[in-house]
Amino acid sequence: MTIRLEAVTKLFPGVARPAVDALDLTIEKGQVCVLIGPSGCGKTTTMRMVNRLIEPTSGRIIVGDRDVTKADPVELRRHIGYVIQQIGLFPHMTIAQNVATVPKLLGWDAARIKARSEEMLDLVGLDPKLYLSRYPRHLSGGQRQRVGVARALAADPPVMLMDEPFGAVDPIVRGRLQEEFLGILKRLSKTVILVTHDIDEAIHMGDVVAIMRDGKLVQYDTPDRLLAAPANDFVADFVGADRALRRLSLVRAADAVEPGGASDGFSLPGSLSMRSVLSALLAEGREAATILGEDDQPLGRITLAAIRARGAGTALS
Amino acid sequence: MTWAIENYDRLLLALWEHIQLVGVGLLIALVIGVPLGVLSARRPRFALVVLLVSGALYTVPALAIFALLIPYLGLGFWPAIVALVAYALLIIIRNVATGLREISPDILDAANGMGYGNWRLLFAIELPLALPVIIAGVRIAVVTQVSVATVAAFINAGGLGDIIFQGITQDFGEKVVVGAVATSALAIFCDESLRRVENWMRANQAEYI
Amino acid sequence: MAGWIAANPQIFVVALQNHLWLSGIALVAVLLIALPLGLVLTRQRGLANAAIAIVNILRTVPSLALLVIMLPLLGTGFLPSVVALTLYGLPALLLNNYTGLTQVDAEIVEAARGQGFSDRQVMTQIEIPLALPVIFAGIRTAAVQIVSAATLAAFIGGGGLGELITAGMANFNFPQLVAGAVAVAVLALAVEVGFAALERLLTRQLRMGAA
Repeated sequence: MTIRLEAVTKLFPGVARPAVDALDLTIEKGQVCVLIGPSGCGKTTTMRMVNRLIEPTSGRIIVGDRDVTKADPVELRRHIGYVIQQIGLFPHMTIAQNVATVPKLLGWDAARIKARSEEMLDLVGLDPKLYLSRYPRHLSGGQRQRVGVARALAADPPVMLMDEPFGAVDPIVRGRLQEEFLGILKRLSKTVILVTHDIDEAIHMGDVVAIMRDGKLVQYDTPDRLLAAPANDFVADFVGADRALRRLSLVRAADAVEPGGASDGFSLPGSLSMRSVLSALLAEGREAATILGEDDQPLGRITLAAIRARGAGTALS
Repeated sequence: MTWAIENYDRLLLALWEHIQLVGVGLLIALVIGVPLGVLSARRPRFALVVLLVSGALYTVPALAIFALLIPYLGLGFWPAIVALVAYALLIIIRNVATGLREISPDILDAANGMGYGNWRLLFAIELPLALPVIIAGVRIAVVTQVSVATVAAFINAGGLGDIIFQGITQDFGEKVVVGAVATSALAIFCDESLRRVENWMRANQAEYI
Repeated sequence: MAGWIAANPQIFVVALQNHLWLSGIALVAVLLIALPLGLVLTRQRGLANAAIAIVNILRTVPSLALLVIMLPLLGTGFLPSVVALTLYGLPALLLNNYTGLTQVDAEIVEAARGQGFSDRQVMTQIEIPLALPVIFAGIRTAAVQIVSAATLAAFIGGGGLGELITAGMANFNFPQLVAGAVAVAVLALAVEVGFAALERLLTRQLRMGAA
């Protein structure tokens, strides 16, 4: 479902500046849109207005073809997946009961709920036989995070809202979870709004990134364009001085080869990012590397010159 | 101990009366106290008033409340119940309110975000999670009520206090001791049982082990 | 009710005085026992567990039971009443005392020890001052409980305002009954409010003193 925000504004009582100021934003069906910005920029407030946990002061929010500001909030929320940083699993319920929350609210029958719960746990990589009857306190942080996502997906909502969903787990686990969930969300073609303060997470998980500041939208672009052409100094600062390197991290070596091979046979796997290729070339003091496919067959090569050209170039895609 | 052995049926009857006093008193206190506690958790100003009033009731000595109710309610079981409920009310309301307020806000946010309506939220999430604290309150309330019910014999409400008073007026030491020991045993039993229930509930709802 | 008091000032005043003596002496006894005992227990954790177990049971015993159990042991009158009341008020203060002292922030205690405070100095300069609010709350609870339970001392001949109630009941003298009931209710509330005010004053003093 498309999500459209039209001149959405939120004014909190007693605070002069609007938390969200006449925001216009359109997210296409199936896209992952990341909202990012410094503390207080309004990203979380914006997300929470989509499911009416916060009421907009003015403006319209259209999800699919419904103006959600006119809908029944409780009914609305049962059709939107919601994942928060601390997850908020219900400690007095089993994992099965937690995952079954929204289906139960929607009145599904027991057999359908059971089947769906098992399917969801499988989806997030947890063995249903082992985990369904356990309680949240028996699970590690990463496992709880997975259950949180399973719970949000259980009723198959077309839209997902995620607020720093991987913030509470350690960095090692976080990277893995990001990869996995991106895969799941893409496979299920959900429309997602994800709030984060981590620019790396934003550029890796987002199809589009919306940078906000003081309640206003500053730039709304694909990650690559955002990094290649920041709209102003604030954005340039925010994405970081090493944005050129970040751009390289978005591209897989196997996707960027040119014909040929390295003269000395130095080779690297194609699954590496261009950034990692650059790092390896610098470390080894070489000019080029042969890129190998999954079967170790050479796909082509990448040269420092090519990397330099790509890094300096304007946005692709 | 001869009296007790020969008259264990009288003793058991008194025990049963005592349990009835405490049980009915507790039930009514819960019926009134839980909704008031829920309201207190949501409205701090209301909470203040409620806690002040029930706090005052709790401070007044049991015998005084019984005596003051005589001109209006007379003697017997139900006047005693009124006083018993008054005593339990403060603790129940306070613990319900505290239990609800102590629930992690993340859990409530997640529940709201998933589409729990207000009533369902209260019954499926909030009250169950507040239960350990509520049970802790019930425990204190029950022990207090066993004590107050002992004095209720003074207004002819029956119970184990009756055995004690008979022992005093008849100068019959054994009745006094048996009565005192029986009430103490009842109080200790209730306290222990509820403590176990409370601990079991806390373990069941722990967020982390 | 006011009429009865006006007509029988002697009886009323004697009952009131009795009540205050009973409560006062019991409270002092509780202070003299529970305060040092609490301190000792913080240094002897093994004893503490046993003591707490005993005190928890004592706390559960109904006040009337505690009073009448004195009859076969000490008979009737003032002394058994005071003993019973002391036992009744003891748990509240002892538990608060012990809990207050043991819950003083361990890091502060360690910092003090690290700076060279002796054990006694840690106790007098760190633990006790920081635990005072909790301890005082315990004193307040004990005081109210004792004043309240002293009403029942009438049943074992200890006198006090409760006697007005029991005598009033026995003689169908309702003005007397109500006078006793109202008086003890007012007294209990006064003690609660009074100690609560003292407690607030004390906590404010402590907060101002701790710069």
